Amino acid sequence: MALQDICNFQSVFEDSLTTEYPAVPHGKKIASNYVSGLPFSNNKSLFHFYIPVAEYLDESPIQFGQISTVQNCSADSSEDPFLTSSTLPTCLPFASSQSVPLPFPMAHGTTTLAFMFQGGVLAAADTRSSCSGLVACPASQKILPIHSHLVGLTSGTSADCALWKRILARELRLYQLRHGRRLSTSGAAKLLSHMLHPFKGTELCVAATLCGWDGGETGPGSRGETTKNQMTDLFYVCSDGTRLRGMLFSVGSGSPYAYSILDQGVHWGLTVDEAKSIAREAVYRATYRDAYSGNCVDMYHITSKGWTRRNREDLKEEYYREKERRKHEKTERRDVTFSD
Amino acid sequence: MLFTCMFQHFGDPGKMKDYHYTGPVEHKFSPYAFNGGTVLAVAGEDFAIVASDTRLSEGYSIHSRDSPKCYKLTDTTVLGCSGFHGDCLTLTKIIDARLKMYKHSNNKTMTSGAIAAMLSTILYSRRFFPYYVYNIIGGLDEEGKGAVYSFDPVGSYQRDTYKAGGSASAMLQPLLDNQIGFKNMEGVEHVPLTKDKAVQLVKDVFISAAERDVYTGDALRICVITKEGINEETIPLRKD
Repeated sequence: MALQDICNFQSVFEDSLTTEYPAVPHGKKIASNYVSGLPFSNNKSLFHFYIPVAEYLDESPIQFGQISTVQNCSADSSEDPFLTSSTLPTCLPFASSQSVPLPFPMAHGTTTLAFMFQGGVLAAADTRSSCSGLVACPASQKILPIHSHLVGLTSGTSADCALWKRILARELRLYQLRHGRRLSTSGAAKLLSHMLHPFKGTELCVAATLCGWDGGETGPGSRGETTKNQMTDLFYVCSDGTRLRGMLFSVGSGSPYAYSILDQGVHWGLTVDEAKSIAREAVYRATYRDAYSGNCVDMYHITSKGWTRRNREDLKEEYYREKERRKHEKTERRDVTFSD
Repeated sequence: MLFTCMFQHFGDPGKMKDYHYTGPVEHKFSPYAFNGGTVLAVAGEDFAIVASDTRLSEGYSIHSRDSPKCYKLTDTTVLGCSGFHGDCLTLTKIIDARLKMYKHSNNKTMTSGAIAAMLSTILYSRRFFPYYVYNIIGGLDEEGKGAVYSFDPVGSYQRDTYKAGGSASAMLQPLLDNQIGFKNMEGVEHVPLTKDKAVQLVKDVFISAAERDVYTGDALRICVITKEGINEETIPLRKD
């Protein structure tokens, strides 16, 4: 599996199977073996210790994606997510230890949206990346192109989304090389969903929306009748196992506000310009009301020719224009009442 | 390593703690500690600057006044890491080893962009027990332009023009936004940053940070990276 390659899961796993699983007193770390010919294998630290639940854990700065520790106690510690999917005997010591509480917050909070219409798929997102109250990055990129005809929107922890997108891009390319055809959006969504499944229950938080155009190269039987013979597709994949196909998705803390604008205006027959302005308005309204969304709007349009990116637009100007309009309306209203 | 000192950073900032006897308190072993320190990096047209203070603290004590947080990786790249000193040391050891391996198998030094991508995967490999380190890489890219890559503790990164990390980052980043990014100012001419002006700005910025952040002070180590090489300079800061 992909993440296992990065973390040298296979070699570490074999080591721990052959040697008896040691009951290590806390504080002892197994020395990393750089010279073993593998890139690196230092992730098997044995800082297992029982942490009783304390009130500061409830106030832990990580609010999003943090599964309550009761779930983790069942099988093994969440520091070894790989082992949940393996056939390692369950008589692990320290089985009731929970994950180490992190002393720092993760980047989170966003508004992303995507919808299908007659001119393809339109994806839009804000660019603010926040870390429990601090804006970690006002210009982050939440729409990541995976290949020429597939674009993914990310929501959740930014590190998780960035890395999993990379892993997905690699797996799609490998599929294309091995099978001679490109995997459809539906297949890519299924692949991502299955890759994330071993990490269900851990703190991983990825909520991705995949928007793509499936060319004639993808195999038969992958299209439904509802998409009116168009090859675009839109999927929502979440790290808790959800995989949904739809015509309209909005994800993130600002999604309720975006949904209200989109539900009002989106229909199949939109022109490209109308669709762009609705998407922009939806993100703008979400940034207006949601504290964790803001800064700029990114927009990608996917058609049979691939994805095109619109220049990033700073919403600051829009706020000033809105202020002018309001001021203008107020003076107009005042003139009207005076003239009665 | 007691956890009590962490509250002022990540707990509720405005709430006063009530000091009265609540019963026996169990102190847990925490594998993390916060050793303070601030790191800053600025990228210019043909130079990059990585600067850090040199104070190593823990709780109310100062362990060392001469522990700089800039680590030279290659002739064109410097890494600044602050946070938990133990993880900083291990991480730099791992990066050095990986750089050597790359050099031996590919017969060339890693570029700044490649180091950044590699650091991202190294950090993410410890997704469920992260390195408590805030990294900023400063260096020159293949075209000779300055590049700054900023990371979060689990490996999310991107290329910036300037970034501050560590304990005083929340104080310094808005100042850099204003002075280098010309943000939140109207009608100002955007002059490109020269190397001397950038060095002076970094010095001023750290002096301000030392005034207001207890974990920043003692001395400032500035590494200026140009195509001629890396030039290091140490300037004293407040010691209290």
